Amino acid sequence: MVTPQDIKGWIEAGLEGAEVEVDGDGHHFNAVIVSPAFAGKTMVQQHQMVYRALGDRMKAEIHALSMRTLTPGQA
Amino acid sequence: MSVQDQIRETVEGNDVVLYMKGTREFPQCGFSGRAIQILQAVGADFVTVNVLEDDGIREGIKQFSSWPTIPQLYVHGQFVGGSDIMTEMYEKGDLAGLIQEKARA
Repeated sequence: MVTPQDIKGWIEAGLEGAEVEVDGDGHHFNAVIVSPAFAGKTMVQQHQMVYRALGDRMKAEIHALSMRTLTPGQA
Repeated sequence: MSVQDQIRETVEGNDVVLYMKGTREFPQCGFSGRAIQILQAVGADFVTVNVLEDDGIREGIKQFSSWPTIPQLYVHGQFVGGSDIMTEMYEKGDLAGLIQEKARA
C-alpha cells in the first residue's frame, strides 16, 4: 500500500527544490507542496508539474490526491 | 469524429462543462461531488459529462488537458482545473467572477 512517505519521496525526486508534506490513509492523500519552480506558473501548470513528477503512479497506485501548491514566498 | 474532436466540440459549445464521475444528482466520487456543490454555490448554469459511461471520453479527457484526474472544469472552452483548484478559486471568490465574466462575453 502507498504511504504518505512514498508520495512525498516521489514528488521531491521529480520536482526540483520541492518541500512536501503529505498525510493520508493509503487511499486518499492530502499534499502541500512548496517549490521555487512554481514561480510565475498558473495553478493548473503547478498541479501539472506535480502530476508529471508522479507520472504513471497517478493511474495506478494513487487513488485520490488533493494538493495545494505554493511558492516559497507564499508559504 | 475523433474523441478529441468530440471533447473540443463539447467544451467550446457550452459555457460551463464539468467532466465528472456520475451525475449531478448522483456523483460517484467525493471530488466530483464537491465540484458539483461548488458550481451550484456560485449559481453556475452548467452541463455535466459522466466519464463512467464512456471509456474513450474517460481517457481522452485526460489527454485533452494533460491532466490525469477527474473531475475537470471547462469554462468557455478553457480548462480551469480539477476539484482542488475549483475549491481554491471558490474560497478566494474568483470562480463566480470567471463564470459570470465568460457568460457576458
